[in-house]
Parts: sequence; structure tokens; C-alpha cells
Amino acid sequence: MSSKPLQRLDRVVIRFAGDSGDGMQLTGDRFTSETAALGNDLSTLPNFPAEIRAPAGTLPGVSSFQLHFADHAVLTPGDRPDVLVAMNPAALKANLPDLPRGSTIIVNTDEFSKRNLAKVGYDASPVADGSLESWHVHEIALTSITVEALAEFGLTRKEKERAKNMLALGLLSWMYSRPLEGTEAFLRAKFAKAPEILEANLTALRAGYNYGETTEDFAVRFEVAPATMPPGTYRTITGNAAMALGLVTAAQRAGLPMVLGSYPITPASDILHTLSGMKRYDVTTLQAEDEIGAVGMALGASFGGALGVTSTSGPGLALKAETIGLGVSTELPLVILDIQRGGPSTGLPTKTEQSDLLQAIHGRNGESPVAVVAPQSPSDCFDIALEAVRIATTYRTPVIVLSDGYLANGSEPWRVPSLKDLPELDVDFATGPNDTDDDGAPVFHPFLRDPQTLARPWAVPGTAGLEHRIGGIEKADVTGHISYDPDNHDRMTRLRQGKIDGIADTIPDLQVEDPSGEARVLVLGWGSTYGPIAAATRLVRAAGTPVAQAHLRHLNPFPRNLGEVLRAYDHVVVPEMNLGQLALLLRGTYLVDVQSHTAVRGLPFPAADLAEVLHTAVAQTLEGVPS
Amino acid sequence: MTTETDAPREAAQGSTPLPLPGTRGVPRVDQDAPAQTKKDFTSDQEVRWCPGCGDYAVLAAVQGFLPDLGLRRENIVFISGIGCSSRFPYYLDTYGMHSIHGRAPAIATGLATSREDLSVWVITGDGDALSIGGNHLIHAMRRNVNLTILLFNNKIYGLTKGQYSPTSDVGSVTKSTPVGSVDRPFNPVSLALGAEATFVARTMDSDRAHLTTVLKAAAEHRGTSLVEIYQNCPIFNDGAFQLLKDRDEKRARVLHLSDGEPVRSGAEHVVVRREDGTLAVAIESEVDPASILVHDTGADDPSAAFALSRLDDGSMAHLPMGIFRAVSRPTYDDQVRAQVEGARSTAGGPASEDDLAALLRGGDTWTVG
Repeated sequence: MSSKPLQRLDRVVIRFAGDSGDGMQLTGDRFTSETAALGNDLSTLPNFPAEIRAPAGTLPGVSSFQLHFADHAVLTPGDRPDVLVAMNPAALKANLPDLPRGSTIIVNTDEFSKRNLAKVGYDASPVADGSLESWHVHEIALTSITVEALAEFGLTRKEKERAKNMLALGLLSWMYSRPLEGTEAFLRAKFAKAPEILEANLTALRAGYNYGETTEDFAVRFEVAPATMPPGTYRTITGNAAMALGLVTAAQRAGLPMVLGSYPITPASDILHTLSGMKRYDVTTLQAEDEIGAVGMALGASFGGALGVTSTSGPGLALKAETIGLGVSTELPLVILDIQRGGPSTGLPTKTEQSDLLQAIHGRNGESPVAVVAPQSPSDCFDIALEAVRIATTYRTPVIVLSDGYLANGSEPWRVPSLKDLPELDVDFATGPNDTDDDGAPVFHPFLRDPQTLARPWAVPGTAGLEHRIGGIEKADVTGHISYDPDNHDRMTRLRQGKIDGIADTIPDLQVEDPSGEARVLVLGWGSTYGPIAAATRLVRAAGTPVAQAHLRHLNPFPRNLGEVLRAYDHVVVPEMNLGQLALLLRGTYLVDVQSHTAVRGLPFPAADLAEVLHTAVAQTLEGVPS
Repeated sequence: MTTETDAPREAAQGSTPLPLPGTRGVPRVDQDAPAQTKKDFTSDQEVRWCPGCGDYAVLAAVQGFLPDLGLRRENIVFISGIGCSSRFPYYLDTYGMHSIHGRAPAIATGLATSREDLSVWVITGDGDALSIGGNHLIHAMRRNVNLTILLFNNKIYGLTKGQYSPTSDVGSVTKSTPVGSVDRPFNPVSLALGAEATFVARTMDSDRAHLTTVLKAAAEHRGTSLVEIYQNCPIFNDGAFQLLKDRDEKRARVLHLSDGEPVRSGAEHVVVRREDGTLAVAIESEVDPASILVHDTGADDPSAAFALSRLDDGSMAHLPMGIFRAVSRPTYDDQVRAQVEGARSTAGGPASEDDLAALLRGGDTWTVG
């Protein structure tokens, strides 16, 4: 046990920042696991450049990982860090603006050389010139302490230096009373084939821990008590991992083999990686020649009776548009995962944005409706995957899932669901004739619809007697033959739209949360903004101001009661990480005005900023100021 | 014919014919069922190509020989892209998808990989396969997916009414090239061989017997079979292949490819290998018999087949027809399925609910309450 006094905190936000090659993402991941094991609630925000290795020591090369953990429910990765670990001057310079005065900075002084300072435009070391007086600065020679701790090892200096992230992790683990066992086990597995590297990392990790214990620089250590969470088995999970697990679970429960066609793209690739390791669950992953090939393979597999899935990001969704239209025309199940990132064009590959909403809903030629859903947290990616599969297989339609970079890479504790608590997924394939011809003989009509869902039969090749042809040319209602008949096209267009609209019958009404029951202002979001919006409403309500919150997971069709909810409030604020795409849809659909609050900074909304927006909106509503 | 290269040895020895490698795994019609006929494969849809279109002959040939494969009709799927020829699936009473421009090989790859029990065919044209869909085509061939691809080459865009295509000759005067096209055409056979397709052949719409023989060999091949079919467009490019159809002209122009045989025309021409290794066409009586090229469809190295494909400079003076290459290589779909199967059998069979629950828990959990 430590000899130093222990101080209890209710929440902490730590940001690890360093060069792209410094291992900050790994350090953050490990600290996250240690924290989860202690039972804190948490939320993370990895933030890294698109370049694999930008020039060392430069501002564009800075990679960071932020973690918010607490003894209560956490909704966001935190607006501003309480502690910054800066592995070099670039990391300090890039992150200092986010750091409130009075917070703690741990700097690796070894890297604060004249040359490294000059690289980022510091004339003098900010650590030495007094410019950091308003912060608690711990100056630690992390690199040389690491090298010294590894003096006995037969490694090169460079190899020894690489373990400095473990030293930093050890130190932070000591500071916040995190156990090291999980990280030790992780390192043993990771470096099983390189015993010397393993020992070096373990030694650096423990040296960091012991450094905290022995140095006089740290007078106290902290602890954060476990959060109160519903009973169950928990793990931490990222959005991409949850999405992969949700798809596998859905396919297994539906009794379908799954075929993922995918082309690598940031930030969606991890879904391909994860699913490629799940062959045992009847998952086939095909890395295609391009985005179009990927969705084509998925659609081909769906034609054959598998669950066809494709994963991508915005640029890939643009390329897949025509094939998704073919899915609309052929009325086959297809799940398209769009892990959104900053756009347009290549945009900001590693940064988050919600700007594909209109592309998802409208981005195809012709009247081409598809279902669109969006998860609201990393763990909700699991549930949304099940919902997407339900809609796709029940209604025989493409379904677009709008996740984003923030959800994809961010992690949080997830209560692992019991399979028996998950919704059933039943898929029925056509097995025989479904109609009679003029002479009363049984025939199969591939576009004879289920009267309830308007879905057409899913008749897969290999089923005798149901041979038929489908395609992108307009089909005659019922028979599915090619048809250029004007009335038929009008009817089929309305039937396809009606089928998608009808999905609303099976989705829950939008729930509004308003604990006081007195709110006149509603904040309505969709997708990954749930956490920041919920955190903001918490701040606003804590200040005694009533505000209602609702969050959309279904973007097309909308829940049936959405118009009613919008009209029930004097004022509606819609925060989005785009320039007002949901706002446009709401105004156009319901003729209700909303206040569109937008930011496209590649980062989630800071909760405090949103709280400010809501405070102002509530105040103006009460004063009767027109919005 | 060269199907020996990938037929199982037992097929040659046993008395009952085993399923041909290309269709292994595809259910066959019962032996005591009435024999399938062309009519079984003809859909109720009226064929709507222009009068005189070469597509009619290919359709008739395909409908005519499909019964010979002995496969259950419901296990055959034709997938096409966009273009005149891509209407093909509507006229066959099998499963079919008339997809979008250029993408049929990708869609067929997804289907063939997930369904071993299907015989999957791709119908495409020179614009569909080589222009808008070039990428999918070369990657399907590179992977060696078990598909039979019929590439109808009429050297023109027909459905869009007469623009030049990626196989049109340099200088083609078309609606979009009023003073002649300047880009060099693809030779589809060279392209396929460059992508290391395991079965590459060329045939002609009007030669029913040759067409049928080549298509049958293509269907019997396990892996991607690329069959280029010279097909006449009577409206926008009539007579493009007339030199190869005219009885007198074709004798000297067509070089017959037959495995294990010298490559020769109907006249006295033979293909010889010169001292520098290149191929040339010569008069048989004027050359050293040892220099005459004996065609080897099973050669692992596609170089000789490629050199054969380059004998034609576009003038059709000496143009090889038949099977250029037929080699046995593991197919993409077989290997992908084997990996999935392998993962399942290593783990002791299909995943149970407990396995799925374990997957969800992952390695690192904690318990609350």
C-alpha cells in the first residue's frame, strides 16, 4: 500500500498526448481497461492524425487519448482535461488551449530540447519561462528515467526509449490508484514471442508506478470510487466492436450466414478487421477491389439468402449509391454501415462528423427510399445493428446505419446482454407458389407483397419452382416482369415509399425526458451527440432550469409521434455536427421551426457549450424573444 | 478440349460420370427424371433484341446446351450488367439478376462465394465489362472466383445507340467520334490473360458448334472462365467480324486453338516460335517442323497464350479462336468457404448460444451487483 495520503475524487478527465509514434492510443486503452476493472463509469475520445507517422515532434503529428472516469454515470469523454500528459512540446502546445487553469500537466522534459521547441515555434521552454505558472506542472524526465530503469537490458537506446509510454502509464496508474495486473497480462500476451521486450515494458511500467510512490513531486494520490451501475457483467467496448458483435448476433439469431463486403476506409476498417476474425460464427468477409465491388458482393450474397452487409465511410457511401438503388429496386435485404467522418471529399478521415444524414436519406437517383438508423453511444451500436438487421430482413430493404468516428473509436462500459433478452429475429424464405394464374394454376409472383409490411417474398436461388429474374429496370407490380407502363411505375414508386414509411409502425414512439415536467424548450438530437446533449441538459437542470431532451435513433422513417413532440414545445433546439441537416428534414416534414445549433470541428460538442446554448434558449423563450 | 487439366482422376476411370469440376457441389437432376430440354430453360418473356442481332444465336446456343450440364435449373443463376446483351437473363428460366452497369462480376462474386451449390454465370458486353466494370472484371479473374463470364464483344455501344467502345478499332467513326476515335482498344483475351484468368477463350456468335463446345468447357472449368464472344451488331457495327465468317476469308484468317495440336489455319498457316522466343505466323511448308507451336492450354505460365493473343494486330489477318488457357488453380470461393468451415470445425462445429454469449463477453469483464 502507498504511504502517501489518498484523496477521493468523484470524476477525472485525463488526456494522454504525444507524438504519433509514442504509443498514446495504447497507453489510453490500457488506462481505460484498468479503470473499467475498478468499476468506474467512463467514456473515451481517441484523437489522432490521418497521417500514420507525421514528421516527429510536429503539431500535425500529435496524437491524443482522452478518458473521463467517475463514480457516477458518465455521458461524454469530458470537455476539458484535469490532467494532461504531454510527451513533447508539440503535445503541450496543441493541447494547452483545452486545459483549464489550475489543472495538472505532466511534461516529459527530455523532449523539451531547443530543437523540439523550435519545431513548434517556442522560443523558450514554456516549462522554464514561467508561462505555465497557472497550472500544476510536474517536470519529469520520462525518457531518461525509462532508459535508466532498463540499464540492465541488452536493448538499444532507441528500443529502451520506446517503453516510455509504459513508464507514463505506470505513473498515472499510481496517481489514480489503478491496478497494473490487467496491463501486465496484456503485455505478456502481446509480447509473448519477444521476452526481452516484454520484460522491458513490465519493468518500465513498474518503474513508473514506483516513481510516483517515491518521488516527492507527488504528495498525494487519488482514488475514484466505483460508479453505481445496474447489476450485470460488464466489459468496455468501442462502437465499431459493438457494431460487429451486433451484426454477428443478429445473423446468428436470424439463422443467416453473414457476408461482409468491405473496402478499407477510416474510420470503418476495424469492423472489417473484427468480423474477419469471426468466421466461426458463419461470417464471411470479402475485402473487395473497391467500394462498389464491396456493396455488390453484399447484395449478391443477399440475393443468395445470406445477410449481406457492407461497411464504409462517407466517400464510400457515395460510391455505393447506385448499388443501394439496385437494392431498393430488387427489394433485397442489405445493411450499409456508414461510419461518418469529416467531409466533403476526403475531408477529415480521422475526425468525427454527422454530415452524411442527407446523403443517406436522399443520396441516390430516383425515388429511392431506404431505412436509416443511428446509434447514440458506442454500446448502442450493438442494439442498432440488431435493429438494422430486423428492418432489412423484415422489409427486404437496404438499411443505412449512421455511426461516426466518435462512436467508432470511443469506448464505454457495456452491460453484456443476455441473449434471451434480445429481440427475436425470424426470417421466412419463400418456399413455394404464392399465387394462381388466370387458369387457377399455382404460380410464383416475386413482387406479390405481404399486405402488412408490403415486403416482397425473399425467394433464393436453389428453390425449385420459384425461378425468377430481378433487376434495376422497373418491374410490373406482382409479376415482376419488365414494365414501362406509366401507371405501374407510379404505383411501384408509391409502394416502395409506402413500404419504408410503414416501418414506423414497428418502431417505438420518441420518448421525451423532462424530469420537472415544466420544460418549454426541447433539445432534440440524433446519433452520437446523445452524450454531449445529455450532459448539457444535466448541467442546465442542475442550475434549476427545466429543459426536455429527446433523441432520434430512427431517421427514416421518423417515429410516428415526432411531429406531436415538436409541436408540444415552445422552442426546439437541434444540435448537429453538420450545418443543419436534421433541422432541414424536421422543418420540411412537419412545418415546425427549430433552432439549428451546429459545429463541424471534427470533435464532439463540449457539453458546457451546449449547456450555454440551452440556457440562452430557455431564457429567451421565457422572455418571449422570438427565436 | 482440355478439361483433363482439372477433371478429377476418378472421372476418367469410373463408370458413372462425376459432376464436372466447375459444377461440383451443384445439385443435379435426378437420373430417372425426364431429360431437360431447351424449352425448360426458355422463359415466357418475349426476346427484344434487334432483328439479326448476334445475341439471338448465343441465347439459342446457351438454352440448347444448358440441359447437357444436367444441373437443376433452380441452381443456375445468370447475372448481367447493363447493355443489350445484359437482357439475357430475362430470357432464361433460371434465377437471374439484371444488375447495374459493370457490377455483375462483383455481385456474382458475393453470390458464388456464399453459395457453393449454385452455377453462377455472368453476361456482359465490351462496354459493361471493359469500360465501366473493368475493375470488377480483372479482380474476379485475379481471384479466380468460380464464375463463367460471357463477354459479348461487338466493338460498339449498342444500347446507347452507337458510340465507340473500349474494343473499337482506332479511327472508328461513331456518333461520339465523328472524326475517328484515337484511343487504342483492349484485346479482351490479352487483358484476361494479363489478369491471370485460369480459363480464357474466344468464340463466335454465328458458329453454333464452336460456341457450344467452348461454353461447355467454360462451364466445366472450376474458377473464372472468360469467354469472349465476337457478336455482330447489325445496327451500329454491322459486319465487324465478317472477315472471320466469310467462308473464303476465314480459312486463312482463323487460327484454330486445340490443346496438344499445332496452331494452324484452314490454309497452310502455322504459328511458329522464332529463335528469339516470339511467335509468328508462317507457311507450314517453309518452316522447320520443330519450330511449329504446339498449343498447351494447361501451361502454367500464361506467356505463350498471351503471345498467341497478340498475333492479331486488329486487322484480323491471323486471329486465334478457341481456348487459350485452361489451368487448374484453387478458386477464391472454395478457399473462402474452407476458411469459414475450418474455423467452425476447429471450434467444434457451428456456434452455439453459449459460444455466442462467450463472444459477447470477450476477454475482460467485471461484475456489478
